[in-house]
Amino acid sequence: MANISIKQVRKSYANSEVVHGVNLEVSTGEFIVILGPSGCGKSTLLRMIAGLESVTAGTILIDDKPVNDLEPHERGCAMVFQNYALYPHMTVAENIGYALKVAGLPKMERATKVSSVAASVGLTEFLDRRPGQLSGGQRQRVAMARAIIREPKVFLFDEPLSNLDAKLRVQMRQEIRRIHNRIRATSIFVTHDQQEGMTLADRLVVMNKGVIEQIGAPEDVYHHPASIYVAGFIGSPAMNFLSGQISATPAAAMLANGERITLPAHVAAAHDGKLAQIGIRPEALSIVPAGSGSFDAVFDFAEELGNARLYHFRFEDLTVSVLSADKPKVKAGVPMGIKVAMDAVHLFDAETGKRLLARGIVLEPVPA
Amino acid sequence: MRRAYYKNNWIAALLVAPQLIIVFTFFYFPTAQALYWAFTLEQPWGGGNTWVGFDNFKAILGDSLYWASIWVSIVYAIGSTTLAVGMALTLAIFADRQLSGYKVYKIGMIWPYAIAAPAVGLAFRFIFSPGAGIMMFVNQMFPEIWNPVENGNQAMAMVIIAGAWKQVAYNFIFFLAGLQSIPRSLIEAGAMDGARVLRRMRDIQLPLLAPTFFFVLVINITDSFTDSFGIVDTMTAGGPSRATNLMVYKIFNDGFQGLDYSGAAAQSIILMLLVIALTFVQFRYIERKVHYT
Amino acid sequence: MIERTPLLNIATHAILAVGLLLMLLPMYLVIVAASHSLQDVVAVPPNLLPGDQLWVNLQAAWEKGHLGDRFVTTFIVAMGVMTGKIVMSCITAFGIVFFDHRLKMPIFWLIFITLMLPLEVRIVPTYAVAANALLPFQTLLDLSGITWIINALSGIEVKLEWNLLNSYAGLIMPLVATATGTFLYRQFYLTIPEELVEAAKMDGAGPLRFLWDVLIPLSRTNIAALATIMFVYAWNQYLWPLLVVTDQSYAMIAVELSRLVPKFSATGGEVPKWHIAMAGTLIVMLPPIVVVVFMQRWFVRGLINTDK
Repeated sequence: MANISIKQVRKSYANSEVVHGVNLEVSTGEFIVILGPSGCGKSTLLRMIAGLESVTAGTILIDDKPVNDLEPHERGCAMVFQNYALYPHMTVAENIGYALKVAGLPKMERATKVSSVAASVGLTEFLDRRPGQLSGGQRQRVAMARAIIREPKVFLFDEPLSNLDAKLRVQMRQEIRRIHNRIRATSIFVTHDQQEGMTLADRLVVMNKGVIEQIGAPEDVYHHPASIYVAGFIGSPAMNFLSGQISATPAAAMLANGERITLPAHVAAAHDGKLAQIGIRPEALSIVPAGSGSFDAVFDFAEELGNARLYHFRFEDLTVSVLSADKPKVKAGVPMGIKVAMDAVHLFDAETGKRLLARGIVLEPVPA
Repeated sequence: MRRAYYKNNWIAALLVAPQLIIVFTFFYFPTAQALYWAFTLEQPWGGGNTWVGFDNFKAILGDSLYWASIWVSIVYAIGSTTLAVGMALTLAIFADRQLSGYKVYKIGMIWPYAIAAPAVGLAFRFIFSPGAGIMMFVNQMFPEIWNPVENGNQAMAMVIIAGAWKQVAYNFIFFLAGLQSIPRSLIEAGAMDGARVLRRMRDIQLPLLAPTFFFVLVINITDSFTDSFGIVDTMTAGGPSRATNLMVYKIFNDGFQGLDYSGAAAQSIILMLLVIALTFVQFRYIERKVHYT
Repeated sequence: MIERTPLLNIATHAILAVGLLLMLLPMYLVIVAASHSLQDVVAVPPNLLPGDQLWVNLQAAWEKGHLGDRFVTTFIVAMGVMTGKIVMSCITAFGIVFFDHRLKMPIFWLIFITLMLPLEVRIVPTYAVAANALLPFQTLLDLSGITWIINALSGIEVKLEWNLLNSYAGLIMPLVATATGTFLYRQFYLTIPEELVEAAKMDGAGPLRFLWDVLIPLSRTNIAALATIMFVYAWNQYLWPLLVVTDQSYAMIAVELSRLVPKFSATGGEVPKWHIAMAGTLIVMLPPIVVVVFMQRWFVRGLINTDK
């Protein structure tokens, strides 16, 4: 059990920097998910914590001790790899027990530990098989067991679910969370799947292009995205963005075609004249008769989701999607009114991409 | 690009050292020695070698026997390569159809790979011997028609056939592997497009086999220059009247029978340059192979 | 695929059958000759069916032709080359692939270039090295002036000498040095997923432990392939043993075989003992053929991956 502290950590290869001064504090027993697209530096960060990559600048502390120069196995971390990295020529039992064997633990003791760990992840009957004879989910379990048996201070997960099919992914996700709830080891989990991040994390770290965009509880990140990037990345179906200019009188965001989305007076006043991106989640929009909404848009096509339907409208040269559980009947090519739920508008600075409002539209603007 | 793994470089040094020492002792030093000999001449009364510049090369290149040996080597290279590559390619492309009996055919084509050059040489020397077996019978029917012991062209033909026969297995292995690495879906796409077997061989398989073909071709030529020693030595010993005196055989003779180290070294250098040039060509094609697939 | 090509199938079988015949016929003729007396071998018309003298001839070749003794020598050399090659390829490639140092590529190239220097083209100077394997080092010492310095300081004249002629070491070492195996191993190591190395690191395994516990067990196929190729290669050696061996007890079998028949000459001479020679040919061929046929699957893959 350990806390981790990452201070101004940078990583460069040759002459390109891929991680630009990252700061992150992880407290003991916490489950952190680092979320970001491929190439954002999240795996590099994880591998630096593991000791598989050297740290170019900055410090990584585990249990308040700097570990920059320690070998991977000296850091007390266990890692679950994306493709599991099981030794193909060893049985499941040998795979799970290999770290203990290297550490010189006597055979008997090893066997006892292996069988108890294997039992805890439901692998008892597979101990004599080779990885090649296992299904994807079972291999995943072996990889987990291999990490658990070392009783590490820190668990590191490098996209461990991305090779599984959708159903198994959900199942293993739940299993990982269940194991975490039981052993409460500090965990860092890297993924590009926002749903995985939302469901697993105590705290979510959203990364993009080598910097952390936002750190926060999943719900918080969802409701108060700190930037356009986070807003667009988190949430499915994805958030709609419209560009407009904020005006104080009337208090509104003026869209390109002259239509406007009403804003509270103090918000509009604070950012008068500013070019903004207006972010609205599809579930915060509803379909009303033409002319009676915030703006009109032409219906294009819809996707059936079962419990709801996702409507795609054309507005100017943008696509606006609306999620509706009522599933109104709309004809293709017909303009309809789109109504915006006032408390669900997110405003972002068009230039910096940073959030202009702290919470919904009813709250105070962020102090400059 | 692969990432760095282990940092204990002294372990790496220890692991690599044995091979480097052996390579230095048996490859680089002798090569340097050959260069030294090629540009120097041993004093008849002792006292070390004196620098003679390109004199040894001039002497060799002015020697009609050396040019004869080059000519003979080229004839052998072209003859044995054409035969061995042509036959292996034909057999491989039909074997690749994998009709019944495929495994028998495959083993039947591959096993000669295992036979030593002198064994092949001796076997073919017997088969083509004018004084025994079938050829003796032929000679009785048509007197004096076959006598490689005196007829240089016939001796060359005999050596070429033996050399090619030995090489077919190796080429066959590569061609078959090359054909089998062509994705099955390409063949099936060809079939869906209406191309039948022979058409697909011509339009899909042979063009895609081109890199393998060039690779095998160059290997065969290189081998014909170097690997031919055992066959020539057992079959004809370079005769009759030097009709099969290949370059590699002449080097051996001049060096160990004639004790002309400088002359043999100069010839070695020339052969070495030839082999290096061929190897370069070969690796260019290997590089290109990557682009094909 | 469902494709009806009856005519083409017949043609295919015909072509393959002719090919098979061409590959097998010489061997059949050898067996026929090996199973007759010399009188029958040179009879006209020729005997095209095997006779009953095979065992007698094999025995003659084995004993009077000394192939029996040479069999053991050759086997020792072949095993030595095989083992030496596998061990050396395995560790050299490991040192090149799994470490990061500046000399990585230069070392790779040093070994790679040896592919362009087959034994045949450097045969004369290599022989000189075999006569004294320490000659290269002596030369280095002489050229660098160290010999002179030592001589001046201590009065001792440095004279390194290690004669490899007529020894197993002399037969084996130059054959072990080639680059092919190192490449086969390098290719294999490059297919090892990086995560496996990282997992081993996380598990606390250092480089040698990783080599022993993970890479060597995983490279069993490689070892089988290399063992087959090297056994055949070493067993069939001719030129090198012809040179470095003058003492008959170290002679290798292919060299001994060639001595069963007098050298080809235009002047004629006695009729070669073809029946014994062909029986000897069979003896020499048999071990590598057995190895190749039984190890076919592995050795074919290995051969292709080394690109020779």
